[in-house]
Amino acid sequence: MTHPEHLKYTASHEWVRIEADGTLTVGITEHAQDALGDLVFIELPAVGRKLAADEACVVVESVKAASDVYAPVAGEVVAVNEALVAAPASVNQDPYAAWLFRLKAAAGFDPGKLLDAAAYEKGLA
Amino acid sequence: MHKTPLHSAHLEASARLVDFAGWEMPLHYGSQLEEHHAVRRGAGMFDTSHMLAIDIEGAQAREFLRGALANDVARLTKPGKALYSCLLREDGGVLDDLIVYFLRADLFRVIVNAGTADKDFAWLEGLRARHAPQLALRPRRDLAMIAVQGPQARAKTWQALPALKAASEPLGAFFGAQAGETFVARTGYTGEDGFELLLPAPRAPEAWQRLAAAGVRPCGLGARDTLRLEAGMNLYGQDMDQTVTPLEAGLAWTVALEDARDFVGKAALLSKKNVRELAGLVLLGRGGVLRAHQKVHAASGMGEITSGGFSPTLERSIALARLPAGCAPGERVQVEVRDKRLDALIVKPPFVRHGKSLIPQTSSGAPR
Repeated sequence: MTHPEHLKYTASHEWVRIEADGTLTVGITEHAQDALGDLVFIELPAVGRKLAADEACVVVESVKAASDVYAPVAGEVVAVNEALVAAPASVNQDPYAAWLFRLKAAAGFDPGKLLDAAAYEKGLA
Repeated sequence: MHKTPLHSAHLEASARLVDFAGWEMPLHYGSQLEEHHAVRRGAGMFDTSHMLAIDIEGAQAREFLRGALANDVARLTKPGKALYSCLLREDGGVLDDLIVYFLRADLFRVIVNAGTADKDFAWLEGLRARHAPQLALRPRRDLAMIAVQGPQARAKTWQALPALKAASEPLGAFFGAQAGETFVARTGYTGEDGFELLLPAPRAPEAWQRLAAAGVRPCGLGARDTLRLEAGMNLYGQDMDQTVTPLEAGLAWTVALEDARDFVGKAALLSKKNVRELAGLVLLGRGGVLRAHQKVHAASGMGEITSGGFSPTLERSIALARLPAGCAPGERVQVEVRDKRLDALIVKPPFVRHGKSLIPQTSSGAPR
C-alpha cells in the first residue's frame, strides 16, 4: 500500500495525520512525489501564518515543474519541516516521513471531510 | 504514437514514458537526478532513435550542402568529420539544428531532430529538386541510435561491444567511423565524452542490453535536458525556432558568413540588425527555480528565459535566456519567479564541461 491506511488525504494529493494534541501534520502523497519527479526546491510557509482551506501555502519544484501544496483545512501554521529546504529529495525518498508543515485547525474542523486511503486511491483511478 | 526499436527495453526497465514529438519516449527510469549524475560521473545511455538520419548521396552532395546549411561543409576535409549547423529559412529563421557527417566524397549524413524530421526532409527535398536533381536523399528509419555518454562511456562501450573498438579507438572528438554494421561517432549532447551509435534497428535491443550489463545506465529525456542545459546547448523548439536567427541564438560560431559562399538565409542574416542574443543565467541564492518563459529584467531592457531548470551538477538553478543585445557576462539581472523577483548573474555558457563547473565562484553562497 503506497497510501497508508492510518492517514487522511485530500483530492489535491496532500496526506494529513491527526496528532494526539489535535494538530494536523501535512505532507504530499507517494502518488504526488512520483508524478512530480525528483524535488529540487521547497518553499515553506511562515510559522504563524493563517491559512484558509485549500489555500496554496507551499511551493515544491521538481526537475520538471513547480507545484503548489494546499492547506487541507483552515488553520494556523504551528511548525514547518525546515530540514527539507536543504534536502528536498527526502520527500521523494519517504513522502510520509518528510512532512511539510503542521497546522492547528480552525474551529469547526471536520475530519470527516478528508478522504480515507481507499477513497483517495479511488480518485486516482 | 511512434515507438523506437528499444521501446520494449524501456518498458522492461519500468521507464516513465512520455509523448515527445509524437514518439513514446522514456522521461526517466526512476530518478532523473541519478541518471544525470551517472553521465557526469560514469556512463549513461540514451535512446535517440526518434531522431532521423538522412543520407545525401551523389557527386554534388558537398555543393548541395554548402548551399543548404548555414555552416560550411567545406570545413569537412577528412572523412568521418562532423559539423554542427543550422538549417535556415530564406528569412534567416532556424528550421532546425543538425549534425552533418562527411562520409565519402559522394556521401554525407545529416541527423535532425525528431519533431522537425518530416519538415526538414520536405525542405531538403525541395532544395534538391531545384538545385541538385541527380542527388539522392534517403531517410534512414532503418537505423536505431544510442548515445553513450560520460567519462567512462568509451571504455564501457568497448567492454560491451568489443567489435567496435578497433574502428572507434582512434576517433578524435567530432569524428565518426563505420565499424561493421554500426556507425560510431565521438559526438553527443551532454558536454561529456562518449559515442553516438547508429546501428540497424533489429540489432539495437541486444546492444542496449550489453551496454546495460557493462554498467551503462539507461537515461531518459529528463536527464538529457538537464545535461544539455548545463553544457549550454540549445534545444530546438525551446531556445530557438523559425522566429529567431542563429545569431540571436548564441550560434554565430556555427554560421560561416565571411566568404563568398551563398546559402539559404545568408542575405537575411547580413541585412538584419541583431537586437537580441542568447545568454546564460545563474540564479543567486535559493529562492526558486528558473523556468522557460519567465521574464528577465536587465539594465538594457526585458528578456525571457528560453530554458531553465535545476542544475544537478552545480546544485543551483541555471537558464538560457534571450536578452537585449549588449548584455555582458557579470551583469546582474532580475527574474520574475512566481510572485518574486530574484537576482541572477549573466554568464557565458557552457555551465559545465567534462564534469567541471565553469561558472564564476564569486556567485556562490549568496544570501537567500
